[in-house]
Amino acid sequence: MNLFLVAVGGFLGSISRFYISEKTQKRLIGTWLANITGSVILAFVYYLHIDGNLSEKIWFFLGIGFCGAFTTFSTFGNDTLSLIIDNKYKEAIQYISTTLLISLALVFLVWANFN
Amino acid sequence: MSKRINNKIYIAVGIGGMIGAISRYGVSTVFSSFDSFPFGTLTANLLGCFLLSYLLNQKQLKRLLSLEVNIGLTTGIIGAFTTYSTFAVETLELMKRSVILAILYILISILGGLAFCYLGFHVAKRKKVA
Repeated sequence: MNLFLVAVGGFLGSISRFYISEKTQKRLIGTWLANITGSVILAFVYYLHIDGNLSEKIWFFLGIGFCGAFTTFSTFGNDTLSLIIDNKYKEAIQYISTTLLISLALVFLVWANFN
Repeated sequence: MSKRINNKIYIAVGIGGMIGAISRYGVSTVFSSFDSFPFGTLTANLLGCFLLSYLLNQKQLKRLLSLEVNIGLTTGIIGAFTTYSTFAVETLELMKRSVILAILYILISILGGLAFCYLGFHVAKRKKVA
């Protein structure tokens, strides 16, 4: 049952990520947006779950399945490498640092909200 | 490009996403005993970086596969196998226990991810020449 929920979440998460990537014409902003919004959703789901306010089933579906598949690390890495190969070092550093700082700051705020 | 995007491709991405998410869950259960450090996510992310870079740069293989299979493999399976959101939440959780471990996790993920992407790129290009 848990595997099934992870699979359905993964199905919807990756289709949503692909949809955003198509709408933004495969520009970096698509993955950037998906990774940041997905991190915020996961933070809510995770802290609700460990506080006992969210069932295990929802965690498998939304947390591991949907958020896990909606966000991605491989495209983040490959897009950054492409920038480096094109000698766009400033853009590469901006892409990494804004993704990291904004997502971690927002995850922190979600956590702080629960404590 | 966008004209060729149809429902079949969305289904391919979705099916790939199911496989990728289940595989990531599988990897995470293998590493669950190492609770002190998120080895599961790290393994999936680094492996995924290598595989995606390899597939995107392996032009011969790309020509053999249909657009649906290509996007199902890359955006679907590998996109869903790797994850950023878990990485972000795990980093904050590590930071609460040890700032050094959190910084280490970020550095290994980012620099390791870039190194594995480069490795995939390199291996794909070399095979093309051979």
